[in-house]
Amino acid sequence: MADILAAILILAGLFFYLAGSIGLLRLPDLYSRLHALTKADNLGLGLLVAGLAVHAQDLLTALKLVLIWLAVLAASAASSHLIAQHAHRQEAED
Amino acid sequence: MNSTSLLVFDVLLLVSILSLAWASLATRDARNSVILFMAFGLVLAVAWSRLMAPDVALAEAAIGSGLSGALLLAAVYRSRGQQPAAQQQSTGEHNTSAATVAARWAVTLLSAAVAGVLAWALLHASGSAPHDTLPLAIAANLDASGVSNPVTAVLLNFRAYDTLLELAVLLTAVLGIFALGPAAAGYRPAGPVFAGLTRWLVPLLILAAGYLLWAGAHAPGGAFQAGATLAAAGVVLRLAGRQHIGLPAGGTLRVLIAAGAGVFLTVGLVLFMTGRPFLGYPTAWAGTLILLIESAAMLAIAATLVLAFVGGRPQAAGTPAHTAGAKPVPGNPGKE
Repeated sequence: MADILAAILILAGLFFYLAGSIGLLRLPDLYSRLHALTKADNLGLGLLVAGLAVHAQDLLTALKLVLIWLAVLAASAASSHLIAQHAHRQEAED
Repeated sequence: MNSTSLLVFDVLLLVSILSLAWASLATRDARNSVILFMAFGLVLAVAWSRLMAPDVALAEAAIGSGLSGALLLAAVYRSRGQQPAAQQQSTGEHNTSAATVAARWAVTLLSAAVAGVLAWALLHASGSAPHDTLPLAIAANLDASGVSNPVTAVLLNFRAYDTLLELAVLLTAVLGIFALGPAAAGYRPAGPVFAGLTRWLVPLLILAAGYLLWAGAHAPGGAFQAGATLAAAGVVLRLAGRQHIGLPAGGTLRVLIAAGAGVFLTVGLVLFMTGRPFLGYPTAWAGTLILLIESAAMLAIAATLVLAFVGGRPQAAGTPAHTAGAKPVPGNPGKE
């Protein structure tokens, strides 16, 4: 039962990763690419982490996985903001 | 997981490592090349963990990909700041002079020769002697080493001499960095988002470094991984435009840098003078001595890596960075 739930969550996570990657490759400009990448990948990682946490041996491992997700969330939100801000400034300079 | 799906995963891993390495070398733009190199390092770290070498995987991710990437990116931005943009466009085109072609061929031949020797050594080793004698010897002596992680036992006990020399290499590197003169001024202060990230990321990195150092005795980790994580905190502070990036001033900094090799050497010499072999720890004290050496090594490694990122002798305390150093490096993601 737990295995099936884990598999569903991980597959759902992979779907969002795929969507994010297609967005990165197909969308026209930097801002929409960032939008696709950060939103889809953060959700994808969240589902992946949820799947792995269900599959984990004990509660401590599951908590560590959730902590990793939270750290990546904050770091990727901040770094995508920095990339967008930098691009915006360069456009303003040109 | 069954072996077929793992084989598919391994083949995919191998293909991505080779293609990322090729893309990184073939890319003309230096910044893209560095970014591809960082991705290459991350995938390589996954490969190391697939080879059941988590210690190497941690080191590759932290040093090989993270800090080396930060160093290379800083170098790219600095070199861009020094030459006009038009000149930079042309350097890519003029790279095909006779000397460059000759150098490329020399590097190619040398790489092929190294690959040939390695392949021959692999064939030779797999055919002849049993390859598990060394792991067995380590397992047999692990109880006397003072730690239960075999990698730390080898690095800090059985082959401690090697690690001492590695720390001496780092010390020499700092001398080179100091010889570059005063460091460039820091970046401009970060905006609210990056400053907010810094506020919780830096304590988290320091905590993670302490954990890696402590865990190294019984699990993957150790002074090098911990030092790299601690240095990452310094790099983040530097990027965020902080004046104080965790490095102490003047004399204390020198002591800190020398501490890695210094404590190691002192422990070795004290043991030598009490009639033991050089770096031959008594079993009862081995764990404590290794922790002492590793703590000093972590601080020295972190200071060295941060200094490498700063790229010169840090400014004396109280000196305004904007007047004493060179101009700020352009292209900094956190500038305001």
